[in-house]
Amino acid sequence: MSSSATAQQTKWWNGGRSPFNVEYGKLMMWYFLMSDAFTFGAFLISYGTIRFSQNFWPDPNVVFNAFPGTGHLNLPLAFVSVMTFILIASSVTMVLAVHEGHRGNRRGVIKWMAWTIVGGLAFLLCQAWEWHHLITGQHAVLANGKLELIGQTMANNPWGQLVDPTVAQQALAASSHETLVHLAHEYPKGTAASLPALEKMPNNQLLGMIDLEHVHVREKGPIAFGGYFFGITGFHGFHVFSGVIINVVMLIMAQKGVFDRRGHYLMIEKAGLYWHFVDLVWVFVFLCFYLV
Amino acid sequence: MDQHTSSEVTFHHHVPGEENVKRIWKTFWVLLIITIIELGLGLFLYATDFPSWLNLAIKGVIVILSLAKAFYIVSIFMHLGDEIRNMIMTIVVPLMLFIWFIAAFLWDGNSYKNLRNTYDKHFEERTTEKKGGH
Repeated sequence: MSSSATAQQTKWWNGGRSPFNVEYGKLMMWYFLMSDAFTFGAFLISYGTIRFSQNFWPDPNVVFNAFPGTGHLNLPLAFVSVMTFILIASSVTMVLAVHEGHRGNRRGVIKWMAWTIVGGLAFLLCQAWEWHHLITGQHAVLANGKLELIGQTMANNPWGQLVDPTVAQQALAASSHETLVHLAHEYPKGTAASLPALEKMPNNQLLGMIDLEHVHVREKGPIAFGGYFFGITGFHGFHVFSGVIINVVMLIMAQKGVFDRRGHYLMIEKAGLYWHFVDLVWVFVFLCFYLV
Repeated sequence: MDQHTSSEVTFHHHVPGEENVKRIWKTFWVLLIITIIELGLGLFLYATDFPSWLNLAIKGVIVILSLAKAFYIVSIFMHLGDEIRNMIMTIVVPLMLFIWFIAAFLWDGNSYKNLRNTYDKHFEERTTEKKGGH
């Protein structure tokens, strides 16, 4: 065949033995993951470039300090630790599924694939909560001499530098009725009055009811933060989502005995590579957005 | 499919046994402990006011720990360490591009900051970290 090709003809490798002793699909999965690593790398490096070009960047411990069901309690990095733990655990269940696949144990594959899917879904739920919390959060920022309430979005960043208390006090006096009502409800001196009652009060009365020390008034922070955070964690979340879909397909195929008929569980191995890559990317997303 | 595979794969890795499961769980604990150390260092940075060089050094340690995690995931969970050397090289050598990629672009960002601080005093006053508090 190929050895008898004439000199003018282009020679193509036409299969047979693999030079790397791996199946074609697995090798191509590796090369796809390598290219995907460059895509993620480019995103993260672009984020790094912008971050290095700024004199001030929000402290992740300040941005990511909320935990479901704990209100205003300051718990820096607690929730993202849970997310990281979930992803590491689901990586272990995946590699155990691959291990059972090597041994041709269908029941074992099904069991560990199911746990991997559970882990993936749990991670996505956590991410949905985190995004929702950041976007809908109401943080007091100093803007044009008064306080405004904004969330973390693509257009706004409420995590600038802390404002001097006397400046914050002056700005509070100039703020709108709605802002004062919200602050008096969320940060009351003593016990909070009900929202309808607060809405009826005049501004002067509301001013005396706000515990400004706990509001932590900040300036607006770098806008680029939102785009990079939602863009990169969103792209990672999309990978997790597609990984879950792939794993569900693998689970169904294993259940139906497709791999038993083929005589090998190489598809589980390839899905596993993709899943571990998602975990691998999270190591660096976690590093760049939450740790440093 | 089976025949296709058997002709491509010239020798099979031995069927993994209990020692493989042990290795997987060991790796899990290693990853977990490294993550906890990273979190500890991250919170340590938040809780204490260090001089900036020490801050940078601790961040450097966190980066190195993350690279160690990446090594464990790729080498053991993804079994790249068990493949033959040529294949490992075709994956790892192109990734060396990252060394230039990261250095060049962070350098670029830093240079942009310095230029703006030099020529745009308003930018510098507006954004430079004020003393006191996070």
